Formats: sequence, structure tokens, C-alpha cells
Amino acid sequence: MLFDIRRILGGLFAVYGVILVVVGLLDGAEEIAKAEGVRINLWTGIGMLVLAAIFLVWERLRPKDVPDPSDDASGDA
Amino acid sequence: MLALAPQDLRLDVNALDYLILALYFAVVVGIGFAARRAIRSSSDFFLAGRALPAWITGLAFVSANLGAIEILGMAANGAQYGLMTVHYYWIGAIPAMVFLGIVMMPFYYRSKVHSVPEFLRRRFNPATQLFNAIAFAVAQVLIAGINLYALALVMEALLGWPLWLSVIVSAAIVLAYITLGGLSSAIYNEVMQFFVIIAGLVPVVVLGLIRVGGFEGLGQKVRESVLGDGALHTWSNTATTDNPLGANWIGIVFGLGFVLSFGYWTTNFAEVQRGLSARNTNAARLTPIVAAYPKLLIPVVTVIPGLIALVLFSNLGKDGGPEYNYAIPLLMNEFLPNGVLGVAVTGLLASFMAGMAANISGFNTVFTYDIWKGHVNGEKSDEFYVRLGRIATIGGVVAGIGTAFIAAGFSNIMNYLQALFAFFNAPLFATFIIGLFWKRMTPWAGFWGIIAGTLAAFAVYIPYRAGILDLGTDLNASFVAAGAAFLVDAVISVVITLVTTPKPEEELRGLVYGLTDVDLKDDSIAGDKAWYRSPVILGSGALVLAAAFYLPFL
Repeated sequence: MLFDIRRILGGLFAVYGVILVVVGLLDGAEEIAKAEGVRINLWTGIGMLVLAAIFLVWERLRPKDVPDPSDDASGDA
Repeated sequence: MLALAPQDLRLDVNALDYLILALYFAVVVGIGFAARRAIRSSSDFFLAGRALPAWITGLAFVSANLGAIEILGMAANGAQYGLMTVHYYWIGAIPAMVFLGIVMMPFYYRSKVHSVPEFLRRRFNPATQLFNAIAFAVAQVLIAGINLYALALVMEALLGWPLWLSVIVSAAIVLAYITLGGLSSAIYNEVMQFFVIIAGLVPVVVLGLIRVGGFEGLGQKVRESVLGDGALHTWSNTATTDNPLGANWIGIVFGLGFVLSFGYWTTNFAEVQRGLSARNTNAARLTPIVAAYPKLLIPVVTVIPGLIALVLFSNLGKDGGPEYNYAIPLLMNEFLPNGVLGVAVTGLLASFMAGMAANISGFNTVFTYDIWKGHVNGEKSDEFYVRLGRIATIGGVVAGIGTAFIAAGFSNIMNYLQALFAFFNAPLFATFIIGLFWKRMTPWAGFWGIIAGTLAAFAVYIPYRAGILDLGTDLNASFVAAGAAFLVDAVISVVITLVTTPKPEEELRGLVYGLTDVDLKDDSIAGDKAWYRSPVILGSGALVLAAAFYLPFL
């Protein structure tokens, strides 16, 4: 099969997350006022980092999505 | 309430937003190059090697339909018709997707066909295949053109890009990653686009709800708006057509829920193709069912922003004000600071391209297998067809650019798409459903049924467009046209069957319900027996949720 899409998703959202968190911390009063008083960049950035972590951990825990037939024989019983 | 002039659509994007946009498209093209290395055969190019797990094909399935036209169009419908728009999701999409997964997908997947028209050839005859292939190919190019034109219009309004620049740049990106990586590239990008568009839309919804005072405040304000209390209900007053949608319950249940939606979701190859790329029968069946769960929740990021825009912008959809289709971009402009704004713009642009890529990857497969290999020259090597698929991709994109301007004459793009689906998918569904369950149905009944059904749709829709036939709203007209297409197809199919010769049973094994193909091996893998991989259990769950979601909004 092809390369693992989870790594790409994890990587892209990790980069986006870091950018948005930094921008969110630097946001001035004007940006915050525009977003109804919410540091929306910061919160979206944190959300993206969590998503990135989920994809990367999932890929680490189950490297191939296709389960190895040999270690599933016991699980089916 | 804010009154807006058209020039207010321009978003205040800066270098940061463009950085986010550029990063995304660098990854998109990168996926194309990486996928290219994995392509060794036509099965790799056209079916992604039949190796993908259900969560990937499922997200691609929902994403292939989550083009920007769908997002902007459904937000527009939300602002125009209120909560009745959710019918498109909960009675429209969900039952059809579950039906595709539980009943129809095994026939598609296990018959090892590359495409829906190829299935028609096996079940009926080559003439049926050719008619459907040409209709599909033309429709895909038209829809790709609509996508491209809509994208260019939105980019011009939001970012000030000239029309030609957006068309060329986005067509070039789609061309690059489909030509390089084929279906795997399209599917991987669809999965990525799904998450980016959601990441861009959720902040809009959250901030919009804060502004209008949460769900309660929104309900209050919608009641006071031009739409009134009717916009907060989905089924009340559907005994008559005295409701925002202008359709009665028969139109909603049979026209939208049954004929239009089943036609679209179960026979539209741009969707079904995602299931065919799954790694085994169970994953193929799970594809539309996995997709049903996100689909249940999509109205939160389409219909709700539509309603928020309706109550915030007093002249939305009025003369001199912005069009309904700009509901979401207006909210982005209103609430999002640079950064998240870049994510939302990226999501919109990505979903335009994903929609177009789905059309193009469906087109190149049908052109290569069903038109060229099936009816022009089927004797060439496997590499020849991969090369032909790449050439067809280029041809499809160029034709899409050329036809982009057909969409220009229509005020609400969704209605135009619905019209196209009514013409090509509604009769097809009648043919499929009869052909799958009635082994006596003959090859020529398949052919003439589809032709007659398609003509019936035209016979209803064209007089409506010309003003000869009064069917109320555009949406109601498409429900009626689809219903007519379905009925005429069914009647003609039965009549022709009675006077022509059926195929011998031997040739129909694996293609008709009750005639199983004994030679097919069980392709299930360990773990497929678990309840969370059961199409029937998960599919029933989606149906129950769809019904439950209606309860607060009857």
C-alpha cells in the first residue's frame, strides 16, 4: 500500500497548530475583539494540535491498518 | 443588523493566510508525487490498488460530495428555506448511503467491476453501458466546469483574484495530482480536505453562535426574521406546500428522500468509486456507512451558518445585497482574524478542488474503461490504459475549463446540480433496483428504461424552465422531474422485459439478488466479525440517529 495518510494528516495539522498557537498568543486587542472576545487562533491551534496528536499516536500504536492475520487468530475466538 | 454592499465581500487576507494556503497545496502536490511511485498497474491508477481501509474510503466518500458548491449551496438553502434544508441530509443522504452499503455495495464490489457503467454492461448489455458512460462523462465534465467557475467567482469576490487566474491555477493543481497519482491521490486529498474544511468552518459557527446568543438566541432571531417560525421546523405544514421549501411531504419523502437521493448516492460513480477502492467487501460496504456519521452532522457547519447569516445581514439574498451563496464567506469576513481566516479560505479552496477532482477521477475511469476499452479498442496493454487515463484526465480538465461558463446563467448553483442528477441518476436507480431484484429483467429493458426515464426528466424540467409548466420552486420542480424519470423508467423496463429475451441465469451470477456466484471466495479479514465493523449494525445506528435528530425540530 501507499504511504500512511495518518502521518501526513498529523504532520500538516501539527504545523498548522503551531502556527495558529503562536499567532493566537500574539493576537492584539483588535483581533480578539473581531472574534467576539475569543482568542480563536489560539483555541483552533490547540484543537489542531490535539487532532495531530491523535493521528500520530494512532499511527504509532497500529502502524499498518491491515491487522496481521497471525496475531488476530486469538482475538476472534 | 448589518447592511452590506457587494464590495464588503473582500476578505482581509495577509501573508500569514497565504502561507497557510501555500503549505496546504504544497502537501497536495507532494501527495501526487508520492502516490505516483506506487502506481504499477491500471488497478493502482483507477482503483487505488483496492487496498484502502474503510475509514479512509468513508471519509473520501463524504468528502467527494462535500465540495464547496455543496457547502456554500447548503448554507444558501439554510438562509433561504431554514431548517427544512436538513431534509437533504437526514432523509435524503443517510438512508440512501446506508442502503448502498448494506444492499448494493456487495454487488458492485464483488463483481470486480471498475465502474458503474461496467456493471450495467455485465447485468444488461454494452449499449446500456455506452449510454450511461457517455451521459456520466458529459455530466462530470459539466459539473467540474461548474465547480471551477464557482471557485473562480468566489476567489474573485473574496481575494480579488482575476477569474482566469483562479481557473488556471486550480485546474493546474487538480490536473497535477490526479495525473500523477490517480485515484489514490484524489482519495488522500479528499481525506485531508475533509479535516481542513471542518477546521475552517467550526470557528465560524462557534463565533457566530456567540454573537447571536447561542442556539436560543438564534431561534429567537430567526422567528423574528423574514422566514419566521416556519424556518425552525422540518415537517410541520408539509401536508400542503405552505412551508419555506414549497414542497409537501410526498415530494420530500419520495422525490427527495427516495428518487433523487437514492439515485444520486447509489448510482453516481463519483461516489461509488470510493467504495470500489476499499480493501475487501466488508470495507467497501462500510464506506458509505462510515461516511453517514459525519454526514449527519454536516448541517451544523452549513445550515446553521446560513441561519446566522440570515439574522446578521439584513439584505442577504435581497436586491442589491450579497447572494445567499455568500452566507459563509460573509461570516468568515465578519469574525475570523488572520490565521484562522487562512485556514477557512484554504478549506473552501480545497473543497472546490476536491469536488472537481472527484468528477475528474470518475470521468477518466469511465472514459478509459467504458468508452475506449469497451467500445473503441479493448486489446491494448495495461500500461496503455494507464497512459490513456492520464490523457483523459488532461482532456477532462481542459473540457471542464471550457464548459465552466454554462453555470453562469443560474442563480442558485445547487438547483442546477439537482437538475442534472434528476436527468441522469433518477432513472438509473429505477433500472438498478429492478435489475438487482428481478432476474427476468432483460438487457434491452435496461437500455430503453434508462433512455425513456432520462427523456421523461427532460420532458418535465424543460417546460418548467420555459415557464409552460408551473411547479412552484426550482427545488420542487427537480423533485417532480426525478419522480417522473423514475416512474417512466420502471414502467418501460417492465414492458420491454415482457417482450424481449432475458439473459441466461449463468451470466447473471453475482449480479442479481439470489443468484450468488459460488466461485467467489470470502475475502473478509480478521476483525471483520466485530460489531463495530458490521455494516448492518452501524447502518442501523446511522438511521436511528437521523430519525432522532429530527425530534427537536418537528
